[in-house]
Amino acid sequence: MSALLNRHHFTRRQVLIAGAGAAGSLVIGLPALAYEEEGERMLGFFIQINPDGSVIIGCKDPEIGQGLRTTVPMMVAEELDLEWDKVRIEQMPLGIVKTAEGFRWKYGGGQGVGGSTGLTSNWEFMRQVGADARRQLVRAAAERLGVDESQCNTRPGFVVCASQNVEIPYSELVVAAAALPVSEEPATLKASSDYRIIGTRRKTIDARDIVTGKAMYGADTVQPDMRYAVIARAPVLNARVKTFDDTKARKVDGVLDIFEIDGPEPGEPYIILASGVAVVATSTWAAMQGRAALEIEWDESPNANDSSERFWRENEEMLKGDGQVVLDEGDFDATMAAAAKTISRQYRVPFVSHAPLEPQNCYAYVKPDECHIIAPTQMPSGASRAAHAVTGIPRENIRVEMTRVGGGFGRRLTNDYVAEAAMISKKTGWPIKLQWSREDDIRNDFYRPGGLHEMRAGIDADGKVTAWAQRLASGSKYYRRPDMPDENLYQAELYLDDFPRRIVDNIRMEYFHNTIGLPRGSWRAPAHTANAFVIQSFIDEIAHETGQDPLQLQLDLLGEPRELEYSGHGGPTFNPGRLSRLLRFVAERIDYGKRLPEGRGVGLATHFTFGGYTAHAIEVTVADGKLTIERIVAAIDCGFAVHPNGVDAQLQGGTIDGLSTALGLEITVKDGQVEQGNFDDYPLMRIATVPSLFETHILNYDDVPTGVGEIGLPSAAPALTNAIFAASGQRIRNLPIMGQLT
Amino acid sequence: MVSFKINSEEVSFEGDPGTPLLWVIRDHLRLKGTKFGCGIGQCGACTVHVDGAARRSCVIPVARIDGRSITTIEGLAPSDDELHPVQQAWLEHDVPQCGYCQAGQIMAAADFLGQNPKPSDADIDANITNICRCGTYVRIRKAIHRAAEIAAGEES
Repeated sequence: MSALLNRHHFTRRQVLIAGAGAAGSLVIGLPALAYEEEGERMLGFFIQINPDGSVIIGCKDPEIGQGLRTTVPMMVAEELDLEWDKVRIEQMPLGIVKTAEGFRWKYGGGQGVGGSTGLTSNWEFMRQVGADARRQLVRAAAERLGVDESQCNTRPGFVVCASQNVEIPYSELVVAAAALPVSEEPATLKASSDYRIIGTRRKTIDARDIVTGKAMYGADTVQPDMRYAVIARAPVLNARVKTFDDTKARKVDGVLDIFEIDGPEPGEPYIILASGVAVVATSTWAAMQGRAALEIEWDESPNANDSSERFWRENEEMLKGDGQVVLDEGDFDATMAAAAKTISRQYRVPFVSHAPLEPQNCYAYVKPDECHIIAPTQMPSGASRAAHAVTGIPRENIRVEMTRVGGGFGRRLTNDYVAEAAMISKKTGWPIKLQWSREDDIRNDFYRPGGLHEMRAGIDADGKVTAWAQRLASGSKYYRRPDMPDENLYQAELYLDDFPRRIVDNIRMEYFHNTIGLPRGSWRAPAHTANAFVIQSFIDEIAHETGQDPLQLQLDLLGEPRELEYSGHGGPTFNPGRLSRLLRFVAERIDYGKRLPEGRGVGLATHFTFGGYTAHAIEVTVADGKLTIERIVAAIDCGFAVHPNGVDAQLQGGTIDGLSTALGLEITVKDGQVEQGNFDDYPLMRIATVPSLFETHILNYDDVPTGVGEIGLPSAAPALTNAIFAASGQRIRNLPIMGQLT
Repeated sequence: MVSFKINSEEVSFEGDPGTPLLWVIRDHLRLKGTKFGCGIGQCGACTVHVDGAARRSCVIPVARIDGRSITTIEGLAPSDDELHPVQQAWLEHDVPQCGYCQAGQIMAAADFLGQNPKPSDADIDANITNICRCGTYVRIRKAIHRAAEIAAGEES
């Protein structure tokens, strides 16, 4: 994610303040009007210590299943020295404050989750919040006991003063602690060797609410006088409503109102994805029935002839010519000419949909001068902007609350559904809950871009890779982004610093843009999913083609541990030795090189994404065209695993996401329409495909953590296709795999 | 009018008898634990028990429920203090990620274990078809085995 969504750094220390909350609690937070000289010292809370000993920790970022609502309180509980089972977590709303210099974050940093930055954006700050709060309690105890604060320490939930032989529960200190000023000097953070919560196995804090059906998602929002809405969106990309007849729809019991929704002009940036007709009713089902009864005539769209068939043909044609050279290091042409052997291969990566299990939805209540939004979103500030764009209401008067999110995967970085809900509420004046169906979701997405990659390599007489090229014809994710020059479209698809840059000296990258009208966006680990598949497949092919062992060739390429410059997201450096360590580890675990029966094989792959490293070893059987995944070994190096149970979960889930997508998922277009619509033709993996032998391993590297929401995916698919080759000699160069094996 | 029991409580519904049970549960009875995922019986997020059997409520017109007894995730546990073995096992194995599918997964697993108290992996593969978009399947499989142990009175 090039925008580095919320990877903010605190350029100056924002001083925490303490205050007394309701019923004698201590509240630690930032002053809500942090950037004003004077003003009400209202707290944007992070920690609330209650008289009963319970502690509520505020999580400023959304929970999308990545485990942040467990990871963040672990950071605070560590430094504040809390009993883990006394900790509760509360979702904070969007906090933005209008100042003379524009909008500022109220809670100490950007709010939003994308690019695997949820952990790193909280890591320094939330530990500091915990440490400062602890010091506040220690000082209050010292003052009460009449001793120097150096004589006081803490154990979970208590301040301990050994010289006085006294222990005071935090809850008895909150009133005094709230009255003490907070020092501008940050409290000292723990050394990692002293951690007793961070880095230990803790369970999902919300799990009990989830398994009892109490956890509330956006779709579960109920507000007074709420009406339900659905939209019949244009089936053809960029089509608009010509006319519609709502006579029958208005006769559906419960239907209250029907009107047109105007979408963006073709080629213009999106606020919403499509034109359509909104139906408002007294229940979700009545709205859906009303929609089914609509008769809509659509205008001819400029994209009416878009098709996947044409997209792939155009990509093939483009690759025959010269594209935009975006990287040209060393002398690629001369090295290729001098090479003992040259290899060229093409790989096809399809468009795919996010398909989070909770379809898009949003509650919006637009009044003349204020607006209330409740949404499952990864980017609450984007929700605020979306509501502002369609209502004109100043952003400081737009209240955005975040719910638990039924899956993100990058889909909810865009807030088109928030804009839609706000449009409908504005038009009707009613509080509106907009609900998308599954078909709405799969047919109206910001898809992961599809592309045709051509890889070229030159190999010398010793089998060493001396020249490398990646040429890509694709639909860039940056299509229809505001203020995006054409020459930058490649940046979302080709990551110039990725392996084997700075390892192979003669390297070239070339880009060709395809203007198919499918909307595109960030899909978990964006272009890493495509590039890892392509690069890791190609290395495997080079090895087989030149009679080398794939593991050895990869290790030779990666070389010794060293920090290479990496200016992309996840930098500033990339250490190929960390990939070697993981590759060796998974190879050993799966007994790579062992003799296997006919039809059985092992594949390996590795990748670096957003600061994290993974490797996969997968063993499969291919028999009579049937693929069985026998065993998966996955290993991750995320620097330091703050929440190891969560890291395992992300590696398991990421692996399955990668395999599920590679096996069976593709979005295709015919006559300007997306052909898939639901899980019958967009077949996500089910449990039967997941092997019982599935291990994940965390190999810490240092004490610097990185996010793990995306790194689990990229190396899974190429490990699988490399295994298929090892098992059957069938090389998968086109995804998805489904239907290709014989 | 359609009358039925939900979590042991008598309820009735006077709207369109073709309304899927899911939407009656969610919009009219305001029980939000049962989720909407696909609307065509593919994903299983809406799984409830109809007279004890796991069913996908998004494809059952409410008229067909007349006189029957429904259990949703909110009514699965014997009491507030005591969870169903499947819920306990889900906590032990820390299954959920986003959690949206889990109510349906749990309802499906609870009925499945009722019929097959000691399942093999192959039994699970053949009978548990709910979709988890987060890919928690590794833990779901372990938790189903663990729930079987808990139900059989075995210690962990």
